[in-house]
Amino acid sequence: MGNGAKKFMYVNRRAPYGTIYALEGLEVVLIGAAFDQDVCMAFVDDGVYQLQKGQDTAESNMKNFSPTYRALGDYEVTKLYVEKESLEQRGMSEDDLMELTYEDEDDDYQEKPSIRIVNRGELTDLMEQQDVILNY
Amino acid sequence: MKFGILVNEGPYQHQAADTAFNFTKAALDKGHEIVRVFFYHDGVNNGTRLTTPPQDDRNIVNQWSELAKEHELDLVVCVAAAQRRGIVDEDEAKRHGKNADNIAEGFRISGLGQLIEMGIKADRLMAFGD
Repeated sequence: MGNGAKKFMYVNRRAPYGTIYALEGLEVVLIGAAFDQDVCMAFVDDGVYQLQKGQDTAESNMKNFSPTYRALGDYEVTKLYVEKESLEQRGMSEDDLMELTYEDEDDDYQEKPSIRIVNRGELTDLMEQQDVILNY
Repeated sequence: MKFGILVNEGPYQHQAADTAFNFTKAALDKGHEIVRVFFYHDGVNNGTRLTTPPQDDRNIVNQWSELAKEHELDLVVCVAAAQRRGIVDEDEAKRHGKNADNIAEGFRISGLGQLIEMGIKADRLMAFGD
């Protein structure tokens, strides 16, 4: 990451299916990864459903793109902040989410979790630190 | 100041398309620089010249085309979002075997990298739409 890197946050607020925002938002993250910026993602409101494990879209004729989230680590997108309150409001916990990991090149390529559960206040602080916030 | 403009909603359906245009025009009038206007999601529908609103209403597409001509604006329509929604230029039409194109004057089709680059170059990235 160069010194001139900007802090980008992609905020995901919507359920994965029903609208195309989640899918097209993920496309931006993957393309953006090539630009070597300081990238993170946030999942709030119904956006937490995007990371739910066991997604099955077979009967809805929608493309199940949830496996793509597993590729984020390889794209060096390793900070996925999930808002605790949004999970709780939906009767969910971290156990309901996919296990997403990345290999930490600064720590002997150890496999580490990408998902970090944060509360609303912590997320607010993170948003304050960003240069660019893209909302989906 | 250098602004990047992101338009995420289509014309007429959503006021965001008008607000984005009005903001861009106001910023230019005040002497600010517009790095680029990037159209994503249904925002790509702002870039079809086949748009034909009633005569007593504003023509949002033409407004962009005219502003682009006047200020040499870079109006970029996302290729992936555009393909899904049937917005094509001559090259894209040829590539996909379509018998027509519909991109409006002053717009060009390019990739999402242009959005990220806009975010890097601009002092502020302004997003319009839900």
